[in-house]
Amino acid sequence: MSTTVYVPRDTTALACGAEAVARAIGTQAKARGLDVSVVRNGSRGLYWLEPLVEVVTPNGRVGYGPVTEDAVVGLFEAGFLDGAAHALAHGVVDDIPYLASQQRLCFSRNGIIDPLDLDDYQAHGGWKGLLRAVMLSPEAIVQNVLDSGLRGRGGAAFPAGVKWKTVLGAQADQKYIVCNADEGDSGTFSDRMVFEGDPYRLIEGMTIAGIATGATMGYVYLRCEYPLAFRLFREAIERARAAGWIGADIKGSGHAFELEVRLGAGAYICGEETSLLESLEGKRGQVRFKPPLPALKGLFGKPTVINNVITLASVPDILAHGAEWYRDYGVARSRGTLPIQLAGNIKRGGLVERAFGLSLRELLYDYGGGSASGRPIRAVQVGGPLGAYLPESQFDTPIDYEAFAAISAMVGHGGIVVFDDSVDMAEQARFAMEFCAIESCGKCTPCRIGSTRGVEVIDRIRASLDRDNNTALLRSLCDTMSNGSLCALGGLTPFPVLSAKNHFAEDFAPRVASSVK
Amino acid sequence: MTLAAVSNESPAHDSDLAAEQRRHVLAVIGELQDLPGALLPILHAIQDGLGHVPPASVPLIAHGLNLTRAEVHGVISFYHHFRSAAPGRHVLQICRAEACQAMGARAIEAHVCGRLGVGFHETTSDRAITLEPVYCLGNCACAPSVMLDGDVHGRLTIRAVDRLIDACIEKS
Repeated sequence: MSTTVYVPRDTTALACGAEAVARAIGTQAKARGLDVSVVRNGSRGLYWLEPLVEVVTPNGRVGYGPVTEDAVVGLFEAGFLDGAAHALAHGVVDDIPYLASQQRLCFSRNGIIDPLDLDDYQAHGGWKGLLRAVMLSPEAIVQNVLDSGLRGRGGAAFPAGVKWKTVLGAQADQKYIVCNADEGDSGTFSDRMVFEGDPYRLIEGMTIAGIATGATMGYVYLRCEYPLAFRLFREAIERARAAGWIGADIKGSGHAFELEVRLGAGAYICGEETSLLESLEGKRGQVRFKPPLPALKGLFGKPTVINNVITLASVPDILAHGAEWYRDYGVARSRGTLPIQLAGNIKRGGLVERAFGLSLRELLYDYGGGSASGRPIRAVQVGGPLGAYLPESQFDTPIDYEAFAAISAMVGHGGIVVFDDSVDMAEQARFAMEFCAIESCGKCTPCRIGSTRGVEVIDRIRASLDRDNNTALLRSLCDTMSNGSLCALGGLTPFPVLSAKNHFAEDFAPRVASSVK
Repeated sequence: MTLAAVSNESPAHDSDLAAEQRRHVLAVIGELQDLPGALLPILHAIQDGLGHVPPASVPLIAHGLNLTRAEVHGVISFYHHFRSAAPGRHVLQICRAEACQAMGARAIEAHVCGRLGVGFHETTSDRAITLEPVYCLGNCACAPSVMLDGDVHGRLTIRAVDRLIDACIEKS
């Protein structure tokens, strides 16, 4: 009898040696005359265990990790094909507390299915949302998304249904669906995991968006730092088209929707929606003035829905299970679930999908297990390079858009980067300004010039040059950037800078020559 | 931002392209010029084939897309990914973003720059390695990370990155 073994083909799993592990398992099985079929799944997002090898047993899928190439012989000798005990064994993967306690909606299939296998996708609930959508009027689909309370998961948290309704109501000979997959925030990888672990989910969500708004063409703008995601997704589009799930007549419904994936070129600013549209049009990724809104004049001047990967990937389940089912998850105005990404100096880094309302502390300690280095966690940055640095006193803040806004922070795309007590927060503040200077599109002065001046002012403060005046100048500069920038890059860079200054003032104080951190 | 050096030189002519490069550039333009918003796909395809976007290809691209050379140059120089000079035999990109910083990326960056004797956007004198910065590879739960010739490597230590560099130098 053949035994099925799963070895992830996911960027992080591969970065930790999964390819060599998969090869070694194949070689060993052959040498021992064992019938083993190796399936390349996506990642479950239990990244501290990657490469996480799973063996199908009568009791469920038993996991072993992190597996190295050198450990493979030992696994065979221990009898891992029967789910035997081993130092790297974790029992049935579904029962690992980190995973079992999650509410996986958007990531329900990740790591479980073969990402490119259409039958596997359908057997695990795929296409149900689309099949329901083709039975509904566009207005009814949009109403479903409105009623679900789904807000944009890219960071701005704008109600998705409102965008869709505006595009539905716009008159034009051509409309577009654009998926923002320029996941540039450090500490985030949930978009990548969709591409590498469950790509048809995004195709299904975009197709529903097309049917809902009358758009017949979709573009995915994917960052070029994700070459594996690009290759897998291009293959997924081709297979979906060949099977009739996209194309001129979707499964005989009379609806048409085409899809293309385009690569970015290493510009963080292209995650800003208007800059992304410029880039898709083949131009420098410079931010556009708003209005007009992209919903009315977007790609090539046509009405355009532009949503993040997770937003679009959430839609199929909303259609399949109903708006109320989705709305029942979450707190206050933050409805549904958020795939939170634990990264940086954390013992158990990975993806935690839970309903809104969970506290940072639960994430950092119950899921994350504290820092990787074993030292105290001193600061966390939530929401990417434009997110605030939060001290321990704010770790009880719930993951909720409004609760974060109330402490001058943001949930953003759900990335949490953890730093232990060896961090120099003045250096982090300086980097925030430096990054803004490197990535500024150059269109508005507060961002283009302010960021460079910001680096200089922080350098002077760190060197104890005219400290009080330079501190006042830094605050004034941040005020100008916050209020005078055209988009979130210049507008939010003061978040990490001022939060570092306010919560970790001691790092900006004059350094005593003898003190060694 | 990478400041391409071409702006200070006399305009590049497509006759400066080697015959093989010219063939590749023209084939790419011919294949992709009818795409809506074709410029980025064209630049990607040229760089994928040649390792960089030669300044001498700019007039050909401009002609193919009915753009000015300034517009094409403006796009190439805007995006960090596009290079105007040929890279070394290997391209090593070190992630400089926060999650990697939290796991010691600054020390790795300093070590690599010191060992190779180059800064970012520079190539070692034996042309083995071009060093580039990158801001996030999406491997943030297993930081610090680098990308070497398109493959991501995670959980790096200085020793592990040294082994990657050793292999590049040996292969060269």
